[in-house]
Amino acid sequence: MKKEVYINSIGSVSVQKTFNNSEFLNEIVDYEGISVKAVDPNYKEYIPPAAARRMAKGIKMSAVSSQNAMKEAGLENVDAIIVGTGLGCLGDSEKFVRDLLDNDEQYLTPTKFIQSSHNTVAGSIALDMGCKGYNFTYVHSNISFESSLWDAKLQLANNEAENILVGAVDEVVDHHVITHQFIEHIKKEPVSMRDVLNSGTKGIVFGEGSHFFVLSNKRQQSTYSKLLDMGIYNTLSNDEVSETIRHFVEKNGVSIKDLDGVILGNNGDLEHDTIYHELGTSLFLEIPQLVYKHLSGEYDTASGFAFWMANKIFKTGKVPEILRWNNVQIDRPKRLLLYNQYRGKNHSLVLLEKC
Amino acid sequence: MSDLKQELKEKIIEQLNLEDVTADEIADNDPLFGDGLGLDSIDALELIVMLDKDYGIKLADPKEGRKIFESIDTMAAYISANKA
Repeated sequence: MKKEVYINSIGSVSVQKTFNNSEFLNEIVDYEGISVKAVDPNYKEYIPPAAARRMAKGIKMSAVSSQNAMKEAGLENVDAIIVGTGLGCLGDSEKFVRDLLDNDEQYLTPTKFIQSSHNTVAGSIALDMGCKGYNFTYVHSNISFESSLWDAKLQLANNEAENILVGAVDEVVDHHVITHQFIEHIKKEPVSMRDVLNSGTKGIVFGEGSHFFVLSNKRQQSTYSKLLDMGIYNTLSNDEVSETIRHFVEKNGVSIKDLDGVILGNNGDLEHDTIYHELGTSLFLEIPQLVYKHLSGEYDTASGFAFWMANKIFKTGKVPEILRWNNVQIDRPKRLLLYNQYRGKNHSLVLLEKC
Repeated sequence: MSDLKQELKEKIIEQLNLEDVTADEIADNDPLFGDGLGLDSIDALELIVMLDKDYGIKLADPKEGRKIFESIDTMAAYISANKA
């Protein structure tokens, strides 16, 4: 018999002050730019200074968010650690390659190389907590987090594990921003947080963050929600999106109007937000629509912010005004659908129910 | 020599990303490894590269590093004696 999958705890470091689990967007951090960095917690409270000095930003953020998630779950170890990241610790990779070029392939030191791989985060967390279990990193563009989630869901549902730490992490790196601005995937002109989703220009504002969750097949006091179902679709034509979502929801025994809200991945890219706009005026017209990427910035694992946000909404029963995209009333939602895509590819659906 | 010692302290702090340490806090005879500054084997590799890149000194035998990198005093003395 398949087991249910619960989200027992959360932890997050992002462009907003999300590292304190007792708060939920109490104070909104505004910005203006083409990329935006995470609000740094006091890392010294989580990481010994001797270790922190070699850590890339992605590892530092993840040390904080994973420790917060573990603490809230009341656990010291887990059966598996599964992390999704689009770019890994690309900052150190860039520095290593830059040193390689600047020094004519001489004088290479190991520090930047050691932590430049994608699986550095999952490995570092495992070393820190002494976890010798399954350790895996999914690098699948903007479905990296969902791939991790799916792996965890299968293991928990099949009772192959009891508690799994699942994470999503990506960091802002300068060269990546420059190259992606050049090809107009990142905006040419700075835009403010409050204007980004209606900017009417090509590209996105690049962000960063780390979001960790303890998923379990056992419900406990701290449990936030139940993961009812999820779906990943690498390619869908625009005509297929609406029907695919409807089919996904209905195979779970509910209809679109039974949802208490949908969290959409609008990122302010004129070319690709049309998918969300079309859904918002048809399939989701009558249900509350929420958005978040103006707060988090866009990155491969930004959907981890949506997952964090949905669980905070369930726990607090509050939906901050800044998240609302339409005027349909929303009150203490119990069932939320998360839908995300990037540049018309890698569509993901996650259906959560409050516990 | 004192200029070189100050320069070494600043380079070590910058290259090894010792965020909480200032040059004033490192005494010339403080051990760099173990109980002193707490550097480790990866830092030793960084210091070997620093000697080569910044002072043109190649360590033919990495085991020599144990004595050379004992303190700022020993590093400065070695660099002064062997600088290209």
